[in-house]
Amino acid sequence: MNTVFPFEWILAIRFMREARMQTLLIMSGVALGVSVIVFISALISGLQTNLFRRTLDFQAQIVILPPKEVSRPLHKAGEGMLATLVQPRAQRLQSVDQWQTVLAQVAKMDGVSVVAPVVAGAGFIVRGEANKAVGLTGIEPETYLQLIALNSKIIAGTANITGTDILVGMDLAKDLGVWTGDKLNLQTASGGTATLSIRGIFDFGNSGMNSRSVYIALRTAQSLLDLAGGVTSVEVNLEAPFTAETVAQTIQAQTGLKVDSWIATNAQFFSALEAQSMSNTVIRFFVGLTAALGIASVLVVSVVQKSKAIGILRATGTSRQQILRLFLLQGALTGLIGSLLGAVVGWLFLNAWRKIAVNADGTQLFPITFDPMLFVYAAVGATLVGTLAALFPALQAARLDPAVAIRG
Amino acid sequence: MADLNAITLQLKGIRKAYNIGLPAETEVLHGLDLTIERGEFVALIGPSGSGKSTLLNLIGLLDKPTAGELFITGQATSHLQDRELTLLRAKAIGFVFQFHNLLPEFTALENVMLPMLAARGRPDEAMRLRAAELIEQVGLSKVGKHMSNDLSGGQQQRVAIARALVMQPALVLADEPTGNLDTQSADNVFDLLRRVNEASDTSFLIVTHDPRLAQRCDRIIELVDGRIDSDKANRASLP
Ligand SMILES: Nc1ncnc2c1ncn2[C@@H]1O[C@H](COP(=O)(O)OP(=O)(O)OP(=O)(O)O)[C@@H](O)[C@H]1O
Ligand SMILES: [Mg+2]
Repeated sequence: MNTVFPFEWILAIRFMREARMQTLLIMSGVALGVSVIVFISALISGLQTNLFRRTLDFQAQIVILPPKEVSRPLHKAGEGMLATLVQPRAQRLQSVDQWQTVLAQVAKMDGVSVVAPVVAGAGFIVRGEANKAVGLTGIEPETYLQLIALNSKIIAGTANITGTDILVGMDLAKDLGVWTGDKLNLQTASGGTATLSIRGIFDFGNSGMNSRSVYIALRTAQSLLDLAGGVTSVEVNLEAPFTAETVAQTIQAQTGLKVDSWIATNAQFFSALEAQSMSNTVIRFFVGLTAALGIASVLVVSVVQKSKAIGILRATGTSRQQILRLFLLQGALTGLIGSLLGAVVGWLFLNAWRKIAVNADGTQLFPITFDPMLFVYAAVGATLVGTLAALFPALQAARLDPAVAIRG
Repeated sequence: MADLNAITLQLKGIRKAYNIGLPAETEVLHGLDLTIERGEFVALIGPSGSGKSTLLNLIGLLDKPTAGELFITGQATSHLQDRELTLLRAKAIGFVFQFHNLLPEFTALENVMLPMLAARGRPDEAMRLRAAELIEQVGLSKVGKHMSNDLSGGQQQRVAIARALVMQPALVLADEPTGNLDTQSADNVFDLLRRVNEASDTSFLIVTHDPRLAQRCDRIIELVDGRIDSDKANRASLP
């Protein structure tokens, strides 16, 4: 008899070891449940991280815009020579009032990691016969590249643009038959026109964005869009993306400008995340409940099987409390050991999944993110579930009348 | 007689009824008075259903009398809570039952250790030594490490006796300890009980159906229909 463990532990371990088949079956049940939770949690959190990244890779967390105009004129009358080519949907661009002040003010706020001025407008790429409508974004690479994961999407050249540099998408480059170093002509509705040289090609993994977005230097955009010294938006990233809505409201209150957070503009995305989290919670709840019922039913049977032993123990000086703890402990140990086994099985599942669920090019079909803390939570959770499940059988055992139990 | 310390057990007007308040209510023990002194070796006999086991359970604090007072080594017990009853039982009383005395998950030696373990919470070397000493005393040194299920019926009863003695109780209650054994083993187990009694102050109250064994006790109490029918010293037992 080991001298490390106290009385109740020694009894609990012996009882469980002796009822080998029952112990094995119920622990396998708990292990299976925990492995399902580990696996599904990793899958869902992988999916969420992926969705999250896909969204925030292309979008600032907070966008500060000029206040909404009540009625916005479609375009200025008497525009220059391009007026006939311009489609009526081209809108008059409006600058954020005193944007430098706003930028400085926001940069000082707690939790803000990047603030970048942006000029966005519409234009046409003209090369030979070809004529493509594009959305152009004027950026300062020093700030903007921290805001959006543009750098990692560059497949040729560099994202560090100045002067008359331009970044174009892969699909646009292919359509026009151009590559880095080639020159393009850009025209805007306000009559601006410039010859720009391709500094880099990006691939956003989305043919719409790859054929319609272009990036140019902020100053170039300002002059092309007739917005000297102005910017159409100030964009912000935070250290904690999920605080965006609160921060956006603060900025709005302080500046009186229109401020959008990624949370508000992606309401659908968030309801999808919520639905996933909810289904994960439901799965956890039912797996936990199933495990609890399994543990409870095994222990209820065990109390009946062991009633004579309980009577003998009580007759030889074991207290009710000790009997209670003996059975609570069996529940807790079943949960704990089952969950540790389940964590191992879940981890093996995940590794197998990583190998099986891959695209033709070897990349992950469903990327999985795995938080090792999940093992700890699963172990603690299963131990609690086991203890709670054991409560009823343990009370039954403790209340057993020893005289009746011994009589049999 | 006047020495309170010499009195191991005293019963005053002990009654026990089952199914109280139900139509099936029956009184099994009808007001028993009884005193057992230190070191006495007493047989409790009587027909089946006369209430012997019921009485032993009351004395062993496993059950509560419906009326009357029960003193163990001078201490009144009717007002005690479960926790205090458990402590008193652990300290003062050793049990030997007819069957299934031992926990099959443990070795003979470990079974003997269990009462000490329950009382002190954690095993130590002293417990092991004390258990080994008792295993030796009951003549089972060779099988101490065997699982209790692997022992013969007689050996199991010897282990149960060792366990009953391990806390040095004032009183050992044995409910047909030899009822399940052949004559030879029964004699050996009974010899053991006698020897332990002679070598210590421990009192024994032994339920038996075997008149031959009852004749080897110092005192024979006969229970009939929940009443003490006779209670006499037995000179035949003296050497
Ligand atoms: N828990 C109980 N509920 C109801 N009646 C009981 C209970 N326990 C014992 N009895 C009854 O009390 C009476 C005495 O039983 P007890 O077991 O004490 O007799 P006994 O003298 O030990 O008999 P035996 O020699 O057969 O062991 C019997 O009629 C029995 O049916
Ligand atoms: Mg009986």
